[in-house]
Amino acid sequence: MQDMGEALAVAMTLVLSGDGDLVEIVGLSLRVSLTATVAACAIGLPIGALVATNRFPGRGAVLVVMNALMGLPPVVVGLIVYLHLSRAGPLGFLGLLYTPAAMIIAQTILIAPIVAALSRQVIEDMHAEYADHFRSLCLNTRQTVQALLWDARYALLTVALAGFGRAVAEVGAVMIVGGNIDHMTRVMTTAIALETSKGDLPLALGLGIVLMILALGVNALVHSLRLTAVRQAYA
Amino acid sequence: MKPLHLAALLCAVSLPSAALADDILVQSTTSTANSGLYDHLLPIFAKATGIQVNVVAVGTGQAIRNARNCDGDVLLVHAKPAEEKFVADGFGASRTDLMYNDFVIVGPAADPAAVAGMDDVQPALEKIAAAQALFASRGDDSGTHKKEVSLWGATSVDPANASGDWYRETGSGMGATLNAGIGMGAYVMTDRATWISFKNKQDYKILVEGDADLFNQYGVIPVSAEKCPSVNIEGAQAFADWLLSDDGQAAIADYEVDGQQLFFPNAPD
Repeated sequence: MQDMGEALAVAMTLVLSGDGDLVEIVGLSLRVSLTATVAACAIGLPIGALVATNRFPGRGAVLVVMNALMGLPPVVVGLIVYLHLSRAGPLGFLGLLYTPAAMIIAQTILIAPIVAALSRQVIEDMHAEYADHFRSLCLNTRQTVQALLWDARYALLTVALAGFGRAVAEVGAVMIVGGNIDHMTRVMTTAIALETSKGDLPLALGLGIVLMILALGVNALVHSLRLTAVRQAYA
Repeated sequence: MKPLHLAALLCAVSLPSAALADDILVQSTTSTANSGLYDHLLPIFAKATGIQVNVVAVGTGQAIRNARNCDGDVLLVHAKPAEEKFVADGFGASRTDLMYNDFVIVGPAADPAAVAGMDDVQPALEKIAAAQALFASRGDDSGTHKKEVSLWGATSVDPANASGDWYRETGSGMGATLNAGIGMGAYVMTDRATWISFKNKQDYKILVEGDADLFNQYGVIPVSAEKCPSVNIEGAQAFADWLLSDDGQAAIADYEVDGQQLFFPNAPD
């Protein structure tokens, strides 16, 4: 257990020293996972809202598939994206493999189902409450979806955070499509895996603590934004 | 509309890396990366040529597969038969010996199979098998794994029969296998460079070393531009030429961890 104490010391030193490499790695982690979260929301929220508000044949099967896709293994997503972006693959001409863009694509695929499935549940519950009201206002699907997405925005923020948490914590997909290249595609989780494989467990744990602090920071920021918004709404 | 936004976003994000046309990508074995050799060599090479080298460090088997998909400009691995096949199949322009070190078997201080000090690897493996002492294997088709399998092949033991019993195949990299082996008190075969720079040794020591069969040769191969038109052949050739030059060979010999030289240059004159 002495490793834990050493890891805490390493984490403190890393954060306080403002180590250039660490800043770069943290920056890339945030850039990749936040971009993937935004992209996943752009895809997942409309899908979640449409499935929540519409009745169609086969809807039950769609729900089961959406929920099951939340369990997509990152390594499998990484492999599928690798096979497509590889020079030998159908999208190889784009030259995206081993770039941050490839990592964003993989993480987007990984978390879009989470955003879609969770937002579907949130919006469906809210729709059940408002359905009669909407019908009396003669709103079309587009207006209904827009109204629901806006009214559910705080719950959906938590959905987005769930997606971000999954993205920033995964290592399997970014390792394969990013390649963990120093100063190019190295993020927090692949750096932790690298230090573990070098047997430098205190440094690996220290980086893990920094990653937790990072996640805490993003969540605290979102929480304070939300509080500010709520206060303004009641002011 | 949304997919378009997404595409625009991804393009914007990918631009900075696409702009660096002089970069080359090396598909590499892990030992050269984990031991810090690249951190020592690449700045010297970049200073001499202005070429930025990016490294993807995976097992030799995976590195060769990635290079076969044209996802790299240079292959730097350590499994000569597989490397020669890579060149024979047309994926590599040429293969040249670059440097060597050796494999060792490490184990716990308690040494349950009493192999400490042996310099003959096959009898040592047979003793480990006879004692049914735990042995952690890479099991991942890497250069080290191929070597280990070939060493067992020359003994009277087929460890595959004991897989999951005393023979534990981790299916992961050298460092992960060392961590696992040390965690369970198993013997592990590792390249010396990874071992010397490994930081979680606990009470483990080198127990078997010095057999000519434990020789570990690294080779360098520029990926063929005929098979893979996307490769940066000038950059790849420049990197290979530099590694094999007197300057490159001297830089390899200069690299030390804890006062020990990790790689011994042996490029042909």
